Amino acid sequence: MGILEVQNVGKRFGGLQALQDVNLSVKENTIHAIIGPNGAGKSTLLNCLVGKLIPDTGTVQFDGNSVLGRSPYEINQMGISRVFQTPEIFGDLTVMENMMIPIFAKRDGSFALDAISDFMKHKDILEAAEKVLEEMNMSNKRSMQASSMSRGDKRRLEIGMCLSQEPRLLLLDEPTAGMARADTNNTIDLLKQIGDERDITIAIIEHDMHVVFSLANRITVLAQGTPLVEDVPDKIKGHPKVKEAYLGETAH
Amino acid sequence: MMLGLNRKDASLLLIVAILVALAPIFLNPFPEQSGLAQFNAGYPDLMQRFVIFGIFAIGFNILFGLTGYLSFGHAAFLGAGSYAGVWMLKLLTINVIPAIIISTAVAGIFALIIGFISLRRSGIYFSILTLAFAQMSFALAASVLTPITGGETGLQTALDDPRILDGTNTTGNIPAPSIFGLQMGDSFQISVGGWLWTFNVGYYLSAIVMLSAFYLAIRIFRSPFGIMLRAIKSNQQRLNYTGLNTKPYMLACFVISGMYAGLAGGLMVSMDPLAGAERMQWTASGEVVLMTILGGVGTLIGPVLGAGLIKYFENIFSKINDNLLHKWFAFMPDGVEDFIVSIIYPFVGKGWHLTLGLIFMAVIIFLPGGLVELGQKVASIFKKKGSTPSNNPNTEPAE
Repeated sequence: MGILEVQNVGKRFGGLQALQDVNLSVKENTIHAIIGPNGAGKSTLLNCLVGKLIPDTGTVQFDGNSVLGRSPYEINQMGISRVFQTPEIFGDLTVMENMMIPIFAKRDGSFALDAISDFMKHKDILEAAEKVLEEMNMSNKRSMQASSMSRGDKRRLEIGMCLSQEPRLLLLDEPTAGMARADTNNTIDLLKQIGDERDITIAIIEHDMHVVFSLANRITVLAQGTPLVEDVPDKIKGHPKVKEAYLGETAH
Repeated sequence: MMLGLNRKDASLLLIVAILVALAPIFLNPFPEQSGLAQFNAGYPDLMQRFVIFGIFAIGFNILFGLTGYLSFGHAAFLGAGSYAGVWMLKLLTINVIPAIIISTAVAGIFALIIGFISLRRSGIYFSILTLAFAQMSFALAASVLTPITGGETGLQTALDDPRILDGTNTTGNIPAPSIFGLQMGDSFQISVGGWLWTFNVGYYLSAIVMLSAFYLAIRIFRSPFGIMLRAIKSNQQRLNYTGLNTKPYMLACFVISGMYAGLAGGLMVSMDPLAGAERMQWTASGEVVLMTILGGVGTLIGPVLGAGLIKYFENIFSKINDNLLHKWFAFMPDGVEDFIVSIIYPFVGKGWHLTLGLIFMAVIIFLPGGLVELGQKVASIFKKKGSTPSNNPNTEPAE
């Protein structure tokens, strides 16, 4: 049984059946990619996993617990962190503050009324944040205002913020969308390194075949709201059904 | 490290404390008999207003400055605090301490209810909801709730009030609010040369409360709670996906902000034991928004400066009448004098709102950071002159 189990999930928006009979099992400590052409339902599926949407049918279980009906913050507290398509960071705050907030959330829970202590004097949190910044190669940027950084750095920061919580599952939504080739390769290397060094499961939704085949150990192809095939990358590359539905039009 | 503050915050607090302590002296820069004496602001009534509205604006800024949620109904908490305060003075004791405490608590409960409902929405809808609640409170206070609020005449202390702790006293004058025997209106005057300085009990009590409120605001700004509020302003979605529940953070912030307003209301009635419904009106809510924006949204000292500026205009600038203008420009030939006076007249006296409006527009357009930004700009000009740029890489904030 995988760490993330999606069973018979369906979601309908008015006349559009966005997801139908989706079954997906993400095994622990793998990098699992979900690919598919535009409109295949990738983002809808992701939103069902993080609490933004509630599916009409089916179940989603993380580590044996249902995530359905829980708010995004509760799901995060269960151990799932999410990286967005456009980097979502706290632009008005410094890089260091950005990195400390998720660690606070992990340590003190979803709400703690600490209005007196000095935020920058929590040693354990400072140290943990410093460590992740180092890992992300961003120590020299710690006092920068986050919104003033390049897109690639914002992406690194966002991934770092998610990692700082030591999540069991990291969800990435097209993490290289709109990036230059060099930034894309950096992100791939970073994710590979994370997957190798950490005790973490990564699920990634991606459009870019180059990214998917460099990273994933397992790939699920989604088309018209339903999984077409699930297999290792080498098998997916040559699969006739996949070619027909997807690779035929956008193969690199 | 002083009082758990970093050096910069500690020196800010110290400067504010010194200015507030010496305000009776430097707010009276002109000798009593001089023609400019009417620009002196160092009289108790006005100084009390400076610090009390300072508290109101500091509290408002904790909500608006940190989270970006613009409440258009904060006067409701000022009013609720005022009524609660007068009732304490009537029922319990003429000592102002219980009145101030209960005012703060009542406003907090009131804010909890209004906040719980209003915070279901954000942005303009939140503002409209708070405005609606405040206007409802105003309407209720002015009419239906007359037995509690005194309706349009307002609520005030009376000779035959029960005052349980003081014992009934139905002879002589209505007792004045006091703190352990010292009346709020008591003053001690010093005359040096042509100058007259008034040191007033009510002012110093309000000043001490304001400094405590200011100190607490600094702590809140620097605390994990304060950072989470700034994170809400910056990116609420990211915060939700980072495992933090923004709802209790917002509600706690709203309640704290409402309690500051209630505290200000309690102090107001301690200085002058009269509370009227107009204190809850939307114009009063708008005034605190102006104060905060004028001084500098999200800055520590800005709201206090904004409150001071507006209250100065309201009380001093508004007193310039056409007689005075004619006196000032009497040295000019008659025709020119009349011409100049007729141009300036609409902007002073009763027209002070016009000048304030122009200043407000200028601040919004040229100094979005308010008076604090103005201060920083002036300071950076002096710093540049004082030292070579290479010594001072940090004078300009990174944008």
